[in-house]
Amino acid sequence: MPVTFTLNGKSTTVDVPAEMPLLWVLRDALNLSGTKYGCGVGQCGACTVHVRGRAVRSCQTPVSNVSGAEVVTIEGLSPDGTHPLQKAWQELDVPECGYCQAGQIMAAAALLQLRPTPTDADIDSAMNTNLCRCGTYLRIRQGIHHAVRTAAADQPPPATPAKDEVSK
Amino acid sequence: MSATTLLPRVDRRSFLKVTALAGGGFMLAGYLDPLDVLAQGRGGNRAPLDPNAFVSIDTNGIVTITAKNPEIGQGVKQMLPMLVAEELDVEWSQVRVVQADLDPAKYGQQSAGGSFATPSNWEPMRQIGAAARHMLIAAAAQAWGVPAAEITTDRGQLRHAGSNRTAGYGQFASAAAGMTPPDMNTLTLKDAASYRIIGQPVPGVDNLKIVTGQPLFGSDVKLPGMLYAVYQRSPVIGGKAVSANLDVIRKEPGVRHAFIIPDSHGGGSMSGVAIVADSWWYADNARKKLEVTWDHGIAAGDSSAAFSTRAADIAKGEPMNTSRNDGDTEAALASAAKVVEAAYEYPFLAHAPMEPPNATAVFANGKLEMWAGTQQPGGVVNTIAQALEITPADVTVHLPRMGGSFGRRLYNDYVVETAVIAKTVGAPVQLRWTREDEMRHEVFRPAGYHFLKGGVDASGNLVAWRNHFVSFSVAGAPPTQGRGGQPGGPRSAPSSTLSSNEFPARFVPNFALHASMMPLGVNTGAHRAPGACALSFVMQSFLDELAHAAGKDPVQFRLDLMARTPLAQQGNGLFDAERMTGVLKLVADKSGWGKRTLPDGAGMGVAFHYSHQGYFAEVAEVTVDANKRIRVNKVWVAGDIGRHIINPLNAESQVHSAVIDGMSQLMLEITVDGGKVVQGNYDSYPVLRMRQAPPAIETHWLLSDNNPTGLGEPALPPILPAITNALYAATGTRVRSLPLSKHGFSWR
Repeated sequence: MPVTFTLNGKSTTVDVPAEMPLLWVLRDALNLSGTKYGCGVGQCGACTVHVRGRAVRSCQTPVSNVSGAEVVTIEGLSPDGTHPLQKAWQELDVPECGYCQAGQIMAAAALLQLRPTPTDADIDSAMNTNLCRCGTYLRIRQGIHHAVRTAAADQPPPATPAKDEVSK
Repeated sequence: MSATTLLPRVDRRSFLKVTALAGGGFMLAGYLDPLDVLAQGRGGNRAPLDPNAFVSIDTNGIVTITAKNPEIGQGVKQMLPMLVAEELDVEWSQVRVVQADLDPAKYGQQSAGGSFATPSNWEPMRQIGAAARHMLIAAAAQAWGVPAAEITTDRGQLRHAGSNRTAGYGQFASAAAGMTPPDMNTLTLKDAASYRIIGQPVPGVDNLKIVTGQPLFGSDVKLPGMLYAVYQRSPVIGGKAVSANLDVIRKEPGVRHAFIIPDSHGGGSMSGVAIVADSWWYADNARKKLEVTWDHGIAAGDSSAAFSTRAADIAKGEPMNTSRNDGDTEAALASAAKVVEAAYEYPFLAHAPMEPPNATAVFANGKLEMWAGTQQPGGVVNTIAQALEITPADVTVHLPRMGGSFGRRLYNDYVVETAVIAKTVGAPVQLRWTREDEMRHEVFRPAGYHFLKGGVDASGNLVAWRNHFVSFSVAGAPPTQGRGGQPGGPRSAPSSTLSSNEFPARFVPNFALHASMMPLGVNTGAHRAPGACALSFVMQSFLDELAHAAGKDPVQFRLDLMARTPLAQQGNGLFDAERMTGVLKLVADKSGWGKRTLPDGAGMGVAFHYSHQGYFAEVAEVTVDANKRIRVNKVWVAGDIGRHIINPLNAESQVHSAVIDGMSQLMLEITVDGGKVVQGNYDSYPVLRMRQAPPAIETHWLLSDNNPTGLGEPALPPILPAITNALYAATGTRVRSLPLSKHGFSWR
């Protein structure tokens, strides 16, 4: 069954069974192997991608569910690896084996959309469903905070709104 | 690498080979004498190592260093090249790192395990860098007509001060290829004070690929026309496939092949049913309809609960053997002021790396090309060659990065199975295990049962220690060869032995170590910090019990014990009490041991363990609430792994990893029932999650005057007893068996 969706900004059509999980469509049909298989039952978060801006488990998402939706994978998070989280992960040397980190970064990016300056408790809560067997949890926490700081530093200060905008 | 394989000059004395690069420049591969890297601790025996390295420099001065060992997250892919780059005297930013394929003739031993990369490569990797630098200097000396001794180097630049000439390495890279290689033994290595790379934080060389999702891992390999395979093994471990509904499976969507592999092809591979399809999902879907008749094997009688009961029965009788018997333990126990008796137990464990086992292979024209994440690639070539009836020279193995391993990929069962499937289907094929395949067909950390009795005298000194250790033998295996033609005993299950030098052996005057075994059908093997990951919990918990019985502070009790003059070690033992005393004092100091007032429900515990040549002492502070929910507030780690922390950034990561992994082990168990594994995925095998991780892990290094040793493992063992000892301090509950969940504890 042909399914069309937006994948990393490009309209994409695949002809696969409707119930085929998005994970396997990405990896085996579309050759995007950044999204990982870890458990197949929604327990580990290695397969996390964004669908309509939300972090979802692609191993638990039939491809028919993303028909017409916007899907972003780790390959599309930034054009060149310069998302603040991607930069922070490199600067702080977050990865050990690295296998879970695409899922970690996608989960963290979704968290920052909801809470641009998360607390440790926010991070623990949002990231608790992403497993890391190497145990990089402390660096992941630091990495998210670091990304928030560097993103803020990179942004120009907000311009003073014009008076007519304020009055609206 | 765009290098020709010309070998214009071979100097056997130095065991160096110099090779001209096609585009100019040179490369240098070292063939070194086996180095006596472990002589310090192994009675002067020469370690059977054949290390070497591989360097190339292009005319622009870009240095390419081959990372020879497989990377599993231990950071070896930057660590070994750092050693080369240091002595080559280049900027790290000039260095490109490429992963080696398997080629032991070129690179020597290529493996990941035993925290062995650092001690075995510390010397030869630096010599390789120094040799390359020497030849660049020689080339410049010839061109400039000045003595080589007057030329200095600095960050990839050659300089002759007398004539005020400088040049980049790239300028002399081609000429260096014509220089005579130096005698490795006469090379002068840098003084540590001038290190510019060793000791600096160097991030992982694959980080950009990791954070952008580029193909990197074994399961990311994709070949043109590649098919995907699943492999169903017997649910009862070791069983054989007799028949299956293959005709049904072959009609399933996307399925190309379905066949039985009736027997093992060695290397731990097993009988099973292969389903090969156009996509992995098709293969896995078809598997849901698979019906197999199995001939259950020898493991069908294995049951965790029965082992536990049987071990207790065995402990009541005479032990099968006694491996250490110092003083008169029974008399000392009889006259001790206080005696503590306790039974300790730990379960089977699975490694559960995030990336399940997988491999990709293509068989064509009598040759096999393999992409396999494996910790021990050298061991698999002969097995594959035999299984496929080809020569070892016709097996090529590429070494993609591994998504964790923790010892699982020391065993190449899935690699051999992939090779057999690839030959059978005659097309490129990738075998991917599911998480359930991994957890139920593991090479398990063996369970173990310790029946201990210890005694302290009226002054609180430990005077007697007796342990009857009950573990496993390999069911159905032929007995070992005894000494002097005598028949031997049952064969120990891999990774289920206890050294007669294991602390506190040698430090207790009356010490008896007895052992017995019961036959086991399921596979066992190395698990991160093999042996130590289980034994530390037992030894350091029981020591803690004895410290409390003696009325002594647990740190002081251990210091007093290590201050004794030890008895002679039996065979190869390495424990240096002075080094352990150093880290124990350091961790006590940094954690404020005995000096901090803790809130209600909180407690601190201490433990140390020596393994893999590393000395680690750790303190945990925990809080336990009324519902027995545990929070680990903080962990302090003090380690002595020699005089340098080669890459402090990764060293801290490895310590974090060891602590988190050890915490996971406290709550995990694999239970075997009728030869089948009960658990199957992370829901029933709950490894530690973010919320349960300690807010802080503080790492301190004690730099001792010893060559650097490895860090993948030795920080792990002490965290288990540090936490269980802290639980005792917080609650008065002494945990003698794992997992903690058996006692109603959970993470908060």
